[in-house]
Amino acid sequence: MTGVMETADLSFPLARECPFSPPKEYKEIREAEPISKVGLPDGTWAWAITRHEDVRAALSDPRFSADRTNPNFPMLVQGQRQNQNPDFEKTILSMDAPEHGPARRAVLGEFTVRRMEALRPRIQEIVDERVDAMLAADGEIDLVAELSLPVPSLVICELLGVPYSDHDFFQVRTAAMLSRTRTPEARREAFDGVVGYLDKLVTTKEAAPSDGDLLGRQIIKLREEGTYHHGKLVSLAFLLLVAGHETTANMISLSTLALLRNPEQLAIIKADPGKTLVAIEELLRYFTIVDAATARVAVADVEIGGVTIKKDEGILALGYSANRDPSAFENPDELDIDRGARHHVAFGFGAHQCLGQNLARMELQIVIDTLFKRIPELKIAVPETELPFKDDAFIFGLYALPVTCE
Amino acid sequence: MKIIADTGRCVGAGQCVLTDPEVFDQTEDDGTVIVLVSEPMGAAADHARDAVHICPSQALSLVE
Ligand code: SF4
Repeated sequence: MTGVMETADLSFPLARECPFSPPKEYKEIREAEPISKVGLPDGTWAWAITRHEDVRAALSDPRFSADRTNPNFPMLVQGQRQNQNPDFEKTILSMDAPEHGPARRAVLGEFTVRRMEALRPRIQEIVDERVDAMLAADGEIDLVAELSLPVPSLVICELLGVPYSDHDFFQVRTAAMLSRTRTPEARREAFDGVVGYLDKLVTTKEAAPSDGDLLGRQIIKLREEGTYHHGKLVSLAFLLLVAGHETTANMISLSTLALLRNPEQLAIIKADPGKTLVAIEELLRYFTIVDAATARVAVADVEIGGVTIKKDEGILALGYSANRDPSAFENPDELDIDRGARHHVAFGFGAHQCLGQNLARMELQIVIDTLFKRIPELKIAVPETELPFKDDAFIFGLYALPVTCE
Repeated sequence: MKIIADTGRCVGAGQCVLTDPEVFDQTEDDGTVIVLVSEPMGAAADHARDAVHICPSQALSLVE
């Protein structure tokens, strides 16, 4: 290879330049050599794909496999390879066609736009209760602990039929699994803990499945079809539980912070709550908290953006870079809630695009509208430089966000 | 202009429904796309173009 970026010149993961900007190298490679080789923690390398157009092309191309059990799948952390636990079935995240479509569709009906709308009153109730608790507390409180984490955790627990009283158990373990700095053993232990817990829960539900929750409904439906499989439901429960709370929680914290530090943008929503959904698309684009999760491995030679990626080579389709690509978004580093950013790739792109995206949108919308309406005097209680950002995790966010309510 | 939907490719993310719920819907059962207005006009036609662009799975296309 020629050009400024030789193999291993850049090693992943790269640090965000500041909490509000992607690693500065993204811009450099996007301009100089938009598809270039980068080093991975295990000493191998992968192609980093940085342009919006190329990221979309790569993620919708079936010649790139999402199978994390493929020995050539690029791994951002050592010891990350799935199926370390041989009893753990592949999740839909890791499936390719033709296995993927039917497995995704089996649960898709639970996440349609209309189904999510039906959940709106209950989510509003949950948010109201959390905001009541914030208002009842005197002085400084942590928005992450009081609002950002409990709202999506309560919602996903109710939807799945997981007792919320166990939330500490899986929140602690999810955080450990998603950390880049824990040892492979510690992550494995956390993973096994959550899988073991869900294995027991699913077994209990199998004895008397209720149509009042998603896991129960899956058991009933798949048994009727004759396709029910215990291990597959445990994997699905795992994916939905882990993906369902940590991601949305981080977007709630970061969105609150971003709106408080851009009062002119916040004023737009306050004046017209009809703008909140548009604002959320822009906030999703601006933060792109799950940046390099969209790794793939080529199962055939593929040409993308003038570069031939050979069979068995890995790619990292960098959503954060794509979402700050000036050819797709004018002045991409500016937060501009009016821009209409719906074509961002913060939920990924292609067949694996986030299943829970409309639930996430609704939770964010209800939280933002309710929070700023009921607590107009909300303020960050510490200087920005003291905020604990998650620089060491796969999913970007905040560990805590101290605020005052009056 | 006519909207063509390939439900075999659809991954049911509902981006089309969010773009214009009067033109698109999703099945209750497996969440795949239903085209409510196959030949949209005016603003609905613009929304259909947006939906084609945003759809993550290239399940939607237009015959102009
Ligand atoms: S946006 Fe595309 S993939 Fe999503 S529901 Fe509509 S047609 Fe299907």
